[in-house]
Amino acid sequence: MISLTSQIMSSSLVTVLRFVLSIVLAWLLLEGVIYVLFHRPPRNVGMALIVLLLAVALIVLFGRYVWPNKGLDTLKKAAIGVALLIAYLGIYWVLGSSKASKLGMPYLLLAPAVVGIAALIVYPFAYNVYLAFTNMSMTTIRTYTFSLQNGINNFKSVFTGVVAHDATFWQVLSRTILWTVINVVFHVTGGMALALLLNRPMRFKGLYRTLLILPWAIPQTIACMALRAEFNQNYGFFNALLSMPLARSIGLRPVNWLTDPVWAFVALCISNIWLGIPFMMVIILGGLQSISKEFYEASEIDGANSTHQFRHITLPLLRPVLTPSIILGTVWTFNALNVIYLITGGNPQEKTDILVSSLYRAAFDFYRYGFAAAFGLVIFLFLFLFALVYIRVTGGLKAAYE
Amino acid sequence: MKLGKPSARTRGDSPLKRTLIHLVLIIACIIAVYPVSRVVSISLRPGDRPLSSDLSIIPKNATLKNYQLVLFGDPVTKRASDFFLWLWNSLLITLTTATIGLILASTAAYAFSRFKFPGRAPGLIFLLTTQMIPAGMLLLPLFRMLANLKLLNTYLGLIIAYSVTSVPFSIWILKGYYDTIPIDLEEAARIDGTSHVGAFYRIILPLSTPSLAIAFLFNFMSSWSEYLVARVILQKAPMYTWPLGMWTFAGQFNTAYGRFAAASVMVAVPATILFLWSSKWLVSGLTLGGVKG
Repeated sequence: MISLTSQIMSSSLVTVLRFVLSIVLAWLLLEGVIYVLFHRPPRNVGMALIVLLLAVALIVLFGRYVWPNKGLDTLKKAAIGVALLIAYLGIYWVLGSSKASKLGMPYLLLAPAVVGIAALIVYPFAYNVYLAFTNMSMTTIRTYTFSLQNGINNFKSVFTGVVAHDATFWQVLSRTILWTVINVVFHVTGGMALALLLNRPMRFKGLYRTLLILPWAIPQTIACMALRAEFNQNYGFFNALLSMPLARSIGLRPVNWLTDPVWAFVALCISNIWLGIPFMMVIILGGLQSISKEFYEASEIDGANSTHQFRHITLPLLRPVLTPSIILGTVWTFNALNVIYLITGGNPQEKTDILVSSLYRAAFDFYRYGFAAAFGLVIFLFLFLFALVYIRVTGGLKAAYE
Repeated sequence: MKLGKPSARTRGDSPLKRTLIHLVLIIACIIAVYPVSRVVSISLRPGDRPLSSDLSIIPKNATLKNYQLVLFGDPVTKRASDFFLWLWNSLLITLTTATIGLILASTAAYAFSRFKFPGRAPGLIFLLTTQMIPAGMLLLPLFRMLANLKLLNTYLGLIIAYSVTSVPFSIWILKGYYDTIPIDLEEAARIDGTSHVGAFYRIILPLSTPSLAIAFLFNFMSSWSEYLVARVILQKAPMYTWPLGMWTFAGQFNTAYGRFAAASVMVAVPATILFLWSSKWLVSGLTLGGVKG
């Protein structure tokens, strides 16, 4: 017996389709408005001011008399709003010049994304700043207050207090930096090694490549749960290996993987390295394949050995591919919330938390909303400053602007 | 220029070197595949011995009972299987997220790629900045906002949450692809009299269908197996996506490892195949910034 009935399917499908339809309608409305605004722009500055003031006046009137009106339902309010909009656009059109603005086209194309990003990113970010100045938590969810003092308290406890019971901000920060460095180093070396091995004509190359991408191809949630099972003290693969007579004879013993703080961190590193090498391998392999063999042939004539070739031909020519990938890999490792949370949950005693997992837990396992909002802002500022310094030091992100 | 072939020296690799290389690669493959094969073996274990330190790939008394339980429910306790319900929820939410991401992002990417307008450079920097927002940072304000709008535990709430990440990312990827389409094609069309809009529909859209498909696929795959955001927003079982559903197998005191593994295998197989099939494009999409031309 399965619980998915055709009734559930149809009702959920209707909900979703209605949503998409309303997005499309909003899209059309937005595009129509932008089109009018740019197709017959105001004739001069004076007209522009008149039109602007008219818009502001209509919005204010609507907001004061129509929106809070309890006598009208939402549909009627929306209808009035649309009618006002159409009337305004009519006036705008009549007053406008017949020479369309050249800016119309790009802004027409940009408008939906701008609105989307404003609603989905800018507004939540601003709301986050607001939350950082409240004392909202599980106990004060209906009675929270917004004040400067609350904000100061929150930011102070981010830097001096603990996230839950044990870890302080500086511990978690240093652990995050250690985590990122270790992982990226192993990702790049491992990926480079495998790519160099694969970059030659050989049998089974496709098979090797497919098998080696598996850790990346598997849904990360499942991979993390599988890895967690492997680090189980009694039933996991690692301890099974370490309990074998062969291992015991060289002095190795099973390890308390998930209950010992240090070994838990090691387990997480092993897991994330396993997960992250395929990406680097594929990127580097692609880069290696685009290096012309004439460079190598020419250098051989001059007597270069393979180490020399690697340092002076391969590495420099790989740089345009390596740099964005290392940046991407670093950001992904820094943000590896999935891996940390699903394999250890930050335990034991938050000794395996990195910044982002600490944030997630503060907000959703400990319900310290105000604190978590401040915490999130602090992490963002750290990342932002780091990026600024990095850009300054490496001479700019020219590629991004082009 | 002949590209892609290694140097003359490696063409003459000694047999010893070749054997060593194959050996290393085989070991690497075993390391890559082993945890996966373990999940498969756990899924095949009979129900009375879910946990054991047995390392064999096909366990003794291998059985497909776990798969049956996951797919069709438990006839003994008369509990129906929610597996298809979870998959259906995931499918709806993920398809809608990917669609909305495309609707909002595709025209913007074209604008960034083809036009110079006031605010273009700050706009690109802003997009870059959005990628620097730490994971989960916007989840908290979104959670509160959705709670206030009574959208928690609904499809719409999760779709909105997923769209937060899919829109800027889609713009970035699509812009990269549009950058690689030479502008001469549109100019030629415009000399022939088509407007910008005409050029968009008749030339750019057909040419960019592969990139639109890739952006759609990428958004689809990243929201399909997402757990941590869904866990915050969806709270009641009928709305669960499959990652949340699977975690119900991992109870507080007794994890139904067999069913957990069976469900994992069934979901992972199509997802992995999809990923492997599209991996070439994904990689080129991710590194567009670095390789020119």
